[in-house]
Amino acid sequence: MTLSIRFFINAALLIILALVPFLTDWAGDSFYTGLVSRILILAIAALSLNLLIGYGGMVSFGHAAYIGVGAYVVGIGAFHAFEDGIDWMLNGYFQLFTTLAVSAVIALIIGAISLRTRGVYFIMITMAFSQMLYFTAVGVETYGADDGLTIYSRSDMMGLIDLNDEKSLYYLIFVSLLAVLYLMHRLVGSQFGNVIRGTKSNEARMRAIGYSPYKYRLTAFVIAGIIAGYAGFLMANLSDFVSPDMMHWTRSGDLIIMIVLGGIANLFGPLYGAVVFLMLGELLSSIPLTIGGLSVGEYWQLIFGPLLIFIVLYARNGIDSFLPGKGRRT
Amino acid sequence: MTAPDILVVDKLVKHYDGLLATDDLSLKVREGELHAIIGPNGAGKTTLIKQLTGEIASDSGSVLFGGKNIHRLSESERSHIGLARSFQITSLFKDFTVLENVILAVQAHKGHSFRFWKKVDQDRTLTDPALDILRRLKLEDRKDELVSALSHGEQRQLELAVALATEPKMLLLDEPMAGMSGEDSARLVGTLAELKTHYSILLIEHDMDAVFSLADRITVLVYGQAIATGTPDEIRENAEVRQAYLGEEA
Repeated sequence: MTLSIRFFINAALLIILALVPFLTDWAGDSFYTGLVSRILILAIAALSLNLLIGYGGMVSFGHAAYIGVGAYVVGIGAFHAFEDGIDWMLNGYFQLFTTLAVSAVIALIIGAISLRTRGVYFIMITMAFSQMLYFTAVGVETYGADDGLTIYSRSDMMGLIDLNDEKSLYYLIFVSLLAVLYLMHRLVGSQFGNVIRGTKSNEARMRAIGYSPYKYRLTAFVIAGIIAGYAGFLMANLSDFVSPDMMHWTRSGDLIIMIVLGGIANLFGPLYGAVVFLMLGELLSSIPLTIGGLSVGEYWQLIFGPLLIFIVLYARNGIDSFLPGKGRRT
Repeated sequence: MTAPDILVVDKLVKHYDGLLATDDLSLKVREGELHAIIGPNGAGKTTLIKQLTGEIASDSGSVLFGGKNIHRLSESERSHIGLARSFQITSLFKDFTVLENVILAVQAHKGHSFRFWKKVDQDRTLTDPALDILRRLKLEDRKDELVSALSHGEQRQLELAVALATEPKMLLLDEPMAGMSGEDSARLVGTLAELKTHYSILLIEHDMDAVFSLADRITVLVYGQAIATGTPDEIRENAEVRQAYLGEEA
């Protein structure tokens, strides 16, 4: 196996990411550890969504819902531990297991119904389901309704890892990202991945050569949901806060933008997409320029929007097309 | 003694909004036979193939394959009992390589695909059979090309390779020579002549030279009805056929 230029670019990115806590220590600004943590969590969610969109051609427009589910499990656990003294609900393993189980069940239900439709109907129905979850969260007064829920206590991992330590949390997130990257690499190159990609490519022929794609697509949908739920578990621990806004359909749209930006059906694409999307947002919003009394930074999306259109129009594979060498498909 | 029938189509009917695409059609294909179906455009040839593969449901009538009624079987189940189809309009996995196209078809017949870890391209139980088929169809040296890099003739060969990779008992070939150059069709006639020694084949084709040189028997379809079935010689002599079909071309 020859190592391509792209291999070194990807490796360099991962090495830089591995060093982030030390780099920010050295720069004396721990703000960036938090920002990069956030980027990596969303990259994990975007990677899982790319299994559906990039490899499977299933444009799910409700993927942020699972992030919300995972985050609410942590939030609700912390709430009852804090308010009612139910300590076991703070147990990180209990919270993690519940997150994965609830995400799986919700993805199974949403997928089982949505995957009977195609194209724009699939997009609309997945979005509708995620909005149902959003409005459910808005409606539940106990858990803060639309104000959300402050998490006073992070998941208790029983001494294995201390999530209150920003560095430990960062490395948990980073290692999770590596694991999800590797999982995707294996999945996409496996027989299962072959069926998922083949169905995107030519569903009619898949049936003709003897496949019933539905059960494979549903499995992919559930896998993606579980991983995004896990991202939510991490997100709640990072931000100490959970609100319905995390599940809003525009958050799902952000994930899709990251995938498109990074280059669809490309293993590292969602990671590049997440990095660029959030870094750019951060940079543009801190432009210290004022024109006619209006702060440019405050309207950064006016710059970001056209930039996005430019990338999508002129680089069909997103950032992937700007990097030298050829991106890994699997 | 003649071979038993592998495919028995009995009084098959399909309506499309008042148009009778398949009209009380009966047809028998013997085991090991290459049975050609000819007929003018719009005679219902592709509709018949779609009814046989289960892509579209029949209004009435029955189809027996290997003595079993396959009425209730889905398209993918029919593939698993040994019916394979090639498409009139090339239907491949365009962003896959030649080898990956064939592997996908081989994989479909190696049990379930809930295998999440092992790399497909390192799995000899998938790559070996796929390479065998590519060798048979003389596409082996193109195995790592993307489908889009193949010539039209090569794509038609691959179309056939994918069908063969499903380990069929019977091939339903829908105009395999569509759009081919003379040279390519001559090559495909050679391939089909070799294939007919291994498979029962139902061949739909407009290339009359190919049909009359390859077919054991021919059925002539006009407006969804079989107006005649017989050996190539019988069909050539049949007055009704000459008037309905061959006459038009002469």
